[in-house]
Amino acid sequence: MGTFHSDKGALHGITVVVRTTGSAVYIGRCDTQTPHAIFLNDADKHEEGQDGKTNDEYVQTAAQWGHWPRIPQVSVPASEIASVEKLAELAN
Amino acid sequence: MPYPEEMVAPMRAELADNGVEELRTADDVKNFLERNKDKNAMVIVNSVCGCAAGAARPGILLSLEGDKKPDAVGTVFAGNDTEACNYVRSLVPQAPPSSPSVYLFKQGQPVSYVPRHVFEGGYPEAVAEHLRNLYVKL
Repeated sequence: MGTFHSDKGALHGITVVVRTTGSAVYIGRCDTQTPHAIFLNDADKHEEGQDGKTNDEYVQTAAQWGHWPRIPQVSVPASEIASVEKLAELAN
Repeated sequence: MPYPEEMVAPMRAELADNGVEELRTADDVKNFLERNKDKNAMVIVNSVCGCAAGAARPGILLSLEGDKKPDAVGTVFAGNDTEACNYVRSLVPQAPPSSPSVYLFKQGQPVSYVPRHVFEGGYPEAVAEHLRNLYVKL
């Protein structure tokens, strides 16, 4: 029992890792993914080397503990997306 | 702003009606952990979110059907039992706020943490297996 939104797509409500074609990676709860962009809620962004961590190290930490929701909403244009993966599937 | 209590009542009941102790205040959590400081205990952060909690609650209950399980199980409700929830979260400060989530304690100390994304889009059986793998380490 709970709240469901079956019209939002398979990734709706799922915490995803969005790697970009640049140096940034985003983690957030997917709201919707369209041909034009992915829309994330309660997201965080990490740049390669930020805080002394590689993007892979940042993602592994998030896979263990979760991510800090520093950005209430963000969209990543499809042209900048390299990959979209479920965070739960990335834990070592 | 808390969710309307009539909205969360069935989600509270899904756990409480199956023997999980409701912890509404920080003192409730402190007392729960103090009473069980010589045992293993689990605190569930319950949530309205169907994407994750919809599998978490039945999965947690399924996991408790086995022989190896925490000696005591309590729950707080994210967004409603705010003080209690904040206290639980303060015990594992490296973990960002996440609901639903699960905290496991051994002799009063946190030893395992399961964040929301583990429950998302899953099936109760998978949730139960994940938790049972943690229970055997208690």
